[in-house]
Amino acid sequence: MEFSLDFNEEQIEKLESILEEQLIKLGVENVTLIDLSGNVIVTIDNGSSTKDVYSLAALAAGNYAAVSAMAKIIGEQEFSLLFHKGENESIHFSKITDDFLLITIFGKKVSLGFLRLKVAEVIKEIEELFK
Amino acid sequence: MSLINRKKKEVQIKIVYYGPGRGGKTTNLEFINNKFKERIKNEMITIKTHGDRTLFFDFLPFDIGKIKGYSIKVQLYTVPGQVKYNATRKLVLRGVDGIVFVADSMVLREDMNLISLDNLKENLLAFNRDLYNFPLVLQFNKRDLVKEGIKLIPIEKLKQDLNSKLKVPCFQASALSGINVVPTLKKIITETVKSVQIKLTE
Repeated sequence: MEFSLDFNEEQIEKLESILEEQLIKLGVENVTLIDLSGNVIVTIDNGSSTKDVYSLAALAAGNYAAVSAMAKIIGEQEFSLLFHKGENESIHFSKITDDFLLITIFGKKVSLGFLRLKVAEVIKEIEELFK
Repeated sequence: MSLINRKKKEVQIKIVYYGPGRGGKTTNLEFINNKFKERIKNEMITIKTHGDRTLFFDFLPFDIGKIKGYSIKVQLYTVPGQVKYNATRKLVLRGVDGIVFVADSMVLREDMNLISLDNLKENLLAFNRDLYNFPLVLQFNKRDLVKEGIKLIPIEKLKQDLNSKLKVPCFQASALSGINVVPTLKKIITETVKSVQIKLTE
């Protein structure tokens, strides 16, 4: 059984380019792809972000797992999308395939509706990549 | 589940401190955090109850340098020890690469150690992992309490109860004063990195 996730240079570059094109260009501050153990696979930002993404990844994976447990209690398999709204910055989480979570940090200038559309496109592209 | 990023030449490894409640798991991480403050870039994250007990987990990431050209990022986690928080322990164990089992040396906690170790075995099995074939280090904590006149389980008995079948490296420690905290950490890192090293040479 395989217990390592191993990404080669080409895979990482493809992921970075998808996230850059779809989300950084939209105006989000940071976008990070993590696995559900809390490891950071790819993180890119708009050049002015100083967020501690490794801690964020650990907490996001824990948070996602906790919310999934809540989903099961009310009879849902999972909540595939989470959104935390702050006064100035917000976080959007979306599950990709069975193993990954996409975390997007964005400010007031980005519309949530548009972001959700873009995230949906990103999910399709990334799923295609891991087929 | 270690994560290898061949572009950044980086490996992330997850080590979990496991064991009964109030056994000293968080204290281990706090000592490491203080001791290596200058090398640890990020702040330690703790999610505690009002009574200062770990509710979800503690998290401490740090870099240990390079192996075969890859920088190794170690992520230390603790779990909540109390029996009732098993769902949370399972969440934290997801993707674990190495475990430190922190046993409580106090006579009063003898049964709790056994219950917690059984619980660890069971929880790992849920992820198809076998404790007998897994990077593991035992730490017999609170050995300093003997000076306070508190009754401790003799080391031989702890070894017999917890390590007679596992036969893994073990340390007598005091997380509060830092005795053998760093050797425990170094040992588990070595044990965990061994399996990753093989992958890096492939």
